Amino acid sequence: MNRSIIRLFGVVILLFTVLIVWTSRWTVFDATALQNNSLNKLEFFATEKIKRGRILADNGAALAESVRAGGGTWTRRYPYGSLFAQAVGYNVLSQGQRDGLEWSRASELLGKPTGLTSVFGSFNGGPKVGDDVHTTLDPKAQRLARQLVVYAQSHYMATAGSVVAIVPQTGAVKVMYSAPSYNDNDPSKCKFPGCSLVNYATQAELPPGSTFKLVTTTAALNSRKYTPDSVFNGNSPVTVSGHSLENDSNYSYGRVTLTKALTDSINTVYAPLGVTLGGSLMQEYMHRFGFYSVPPLDYPAKQMIASGERFYKGFCGNRLDTPKLVPVTSSCVDVGRTAIGQANLTVTPMQMAMVVSAIANDGKLMEPRLTSKVVNTDGQVVDSVRPQEYDQVMKPKIAAELQQMMRDVVEEGTGTAANLEGLSIAGKTGTASTGLCEHGLPVNGNCPDGLPLDDAWFVGFPLNDPRIAVAVELTDIPNGYGGQFAAPIAAKVIQTLLGEKP
Amino acid sequence: MRARNRELFGLIPASLLISAGFAAVFIQRSNQLSTVSLVYGGVFLGLCVVGHIFIRITLPHADPYIFPLVAVLACFGIVMVYRIDGATFARQQAQWFVVGLALFAGTVIVFRDYRKLENYRYLIVIASIVLMALPRVPGLEYAAQTNGAYLEIHLGSLTFQPTEFGKVGLVIFLASYLRDHRQALAGGRKILGYRMPPLKHLGPLLLLWGIAMLILVFLHDVGSSLMFYGGLLAILYVATNRISFVLVGVVAFAAGAWYLSTHIPHIDSRVDAWLHPFDPKLYTAPGGSFQLANGQFAMAAGGLFGQGFGQAMLTVPGSHPVAYLIPAPGTDMIYTVITDELGLFGATALLITYLILCARGFKAAILARDSFSKLLATGLSAILALQVFVIVGGVTRVIPLTGVTLPFVSYGGSSILANFVLVALLLMVSDRARRPEYAR
Repeated sequence: MNRSIIRLFGVVILLFTVLIVWTSRWTVFDATALQNNSLNKLEFFATEKIKRGRILADNGAALAESVRAGGGTWTRRYPYGSLFAQAVGYNVLSQGQRDGLEWSRASELLGKPTGLTSVFGSFNGGPKVGDDVHTTLDPKAQRLARQLVVYAQSHYMATAGSVVAIVPQTGAVKVMYSAPSYNDNDPSKCKFPGCSLVNYATQAELPPGSTFKLVTTTAALNSRKYTPDSVFNGNSPVTVSGHSLENDSNYSYGRVTLTKALTDSINTVYAPLGVTLGGSLMQEYMHRFGFYSVPPLDYPAKQMIASGERFYKGFCGNRLDTPKLVPVTSSCVDVGRTAIGQANLTVTPMQMAMVVSAIANDGKLMEPRLTSKVVNTDGQVVDSVRPQEYDQVMKPKIAAELQQMMRDVVEEGTGTAANLEGLSIAGKTGTASTGLCEHGLPVNGNCPDGLPLDDAWFVGFPLNDPRIAVAVELTDIPNGYGGQFAAPIAAKVIQTLLGEKP
Repeated sequence: MRARNRELFGLIPASLLISAGFAAVFIQRSNQLSTVSLVYGGVFLGLCVVGHIFIRITLPHADPYIFPLVAVLACFGIVMVYRIDGATFARQQAQWFVVGLALFAGTVIVFRDYRKLENYRYLIVIASIVLMALPRVPGLEYAAQTNGAYLEIHLGSLTFQPTEFGKVGLVIFLASYLRDHRQALAGGRKILGYRMPPLKHLGPLLLLWGIAMLILVFLHDVGSSLMFYGGLLAILYVATNRISFVLVGVVAFAAGAWYLSTHIPHIDSRVDAWLHPFDPKLYTAPGGSFQLANGQFAMAAGGLFGQGFGQAMLTVPGSHPVAYLIPAPGTDMIYTVITDELGLFGATALLITYLILCARGFKAAILARDSFSKLLATGLSAILALQVFVIVGGVTRVIPLTGVTLPFVSYGGSSILANFVLVALLLMVSDRARRPEYAR
């Protein structure tokens, strides 16, 4: 009997070995997979017990801070609410919802794990504290942007609007405001319209209109095919891709230089120019400016979209419910109308701010960024975000020519409303046809019962002191000329931001 | 060193464990430090010493390691229960420990010669079966069955798990029955080269197989059934030394379990949760895989060394009313909490403690000189090991989860009481086996 008892004990040892092997499967070998399992909320809940770091504006004002909630947990408070909601985002862990910097800088805000967590973990005690994230955002300019956009909404019937301001030399984003915004202290109450969780500055699909002529001009000049003094036929209408294309009011300009064509935003020059330059050259320069990629911003990828030719279901072979980006070289694309920022081209205000920022920085595009540094509770800088070059889009000489052309736009062209005294602002207007009408439905591209709705754009920078570049967009204004509605906003934001700097 | 002094020294690890454990919980909850809670630790340790003194007087020759091992497990258990469920539950656990020790003493005194138990074997087996059937008796039936299995009865405010006692009763019966019939079962006529035991001796064993299946059907409990049936096969094997019985038994059980699991909805869902704990539908279903999946997440959080004592997240922070992340953290799922806080190393140490306890039980069986004692000690040790296997295997997904307790560690009165009876019997067998006058 004793022998069978020993064998039985052998079986028991075997069974316990199985238990140890299985325990090690879950604790060690499969642990990472289990921790990444979408059902696993442990990490989420653990973070509620951490006092997350603050998110600070460039002047040190707290945009997000942690306040005590019951049961040893912390909750977030956003003192500025809707003013910075799009940029800062929110953090509702119980529902697993995070947005904005709260998401893209979550690991810093939670404090990176330090030291050994061991059996003695309980003895190091005390609540965990995360690091502060210092942003580049400027509350004064941001507030002004909101005031001006809200004014445009109430007085010009704009349904939405965005302002993005970037320091061209560093990529630091000083202003990123879009309306409608929401109160990030209570995002669940947000109801469309009048409130939106979508950040129009990085997520809207907007026709850029004539602001895109900057990209076309860059392609024309930097490829050495043309100079600012190249002469074009500015008569209206012309036929592009088999359809007639007109200037504003069907005005014929006669023989004009490229500078003049940009100054007066002459479609009948730029559309044929785009066709001549061709899809592949246009495609190359769009790539250089960052089109067809999500902006390299330290912001959640799910809250940004790439700019480019965008086709919806049923068009250009798209069978999906989601829109599809198609290169300009595709046969679906009307290159001439792309060159004037129409056709199926959609952009974000952030992308257009990148375009004007590259031109202002002598052709060098810097990666936009919202964070300047990460500082721990001891005041030590844990991470300082260095400016990163994205691409040298064009030669500095070409950029200088383009800058001068843009100065002409503000001095004597479509953008004179941005011409503030003491600031030699250079810029480009955009009046993008949305194809919608104020009243009734469009007939053959015209609005018989009222005014057409346009997206009003202005992108610009101060030529004498190019330390800021701005893109302003106002959505669906009846006869929404960019020069009339968007240009003054851009000028005031530039003025404020320059006035603050030493 | 004499055996009893070794036993006393063996209590030192238990005392260290309980002091360190309570100290850790205090530091973790520094805001609720109170001397009252410290007293529980001291009282608990005092009880262990009282137990030792009792053994010193009544069972002077018994194995010196069994009681300290039980004390280590119980001390570890009360610290865990205190950490998980708070002072009230820890006090109740300590109270049950007192009652358990009393029952232990009572068992030792009443059955001074435990072989008297053999005279009552049919009474014992019938009582055990009746006990186990109680949870299905109308009126005693627990309104909400725990984890879909019928394992508890309610008497007034008292909850009682009769299967815990049933397991001890069945082992006593089997040890006694097989002592008488082992020769006959081992022999028998050869049919087609296989030595077929006489049917009349096999009958009661078939009956027990039937009981195991009935547990499945009526108690909806794969784990308990596995535990009893495994114990039966263990004793049967040791009694007859015939591996073929075990093989036939395993096949018969597997066939029965497969048939029933595919035909009884509850067992079916239990098996589904076991196989696919992360299926979103099963995860959110009531009585689905939520518990199992979160147990695994807790173990994954533990890693090699654990998050540290008191660091496991058991509830949704700030939730009112308290929402448990791991349902039943102090009872069924206590192993996952231990693994979370002490890691693979802590969990392995716990399992090895159980393994050593079983080893001492088997040692007692080997030293015992009569068949009944051998079979009894074997059966009790095996069923203890199987209970650990069923619950730990359940939460680690070796087998489908069944809500049995982790002996001496989980919170629960009936479990402590029954296991103290089990330990009392083991110590009595050991004491008798090691008595010097028999050695000559």
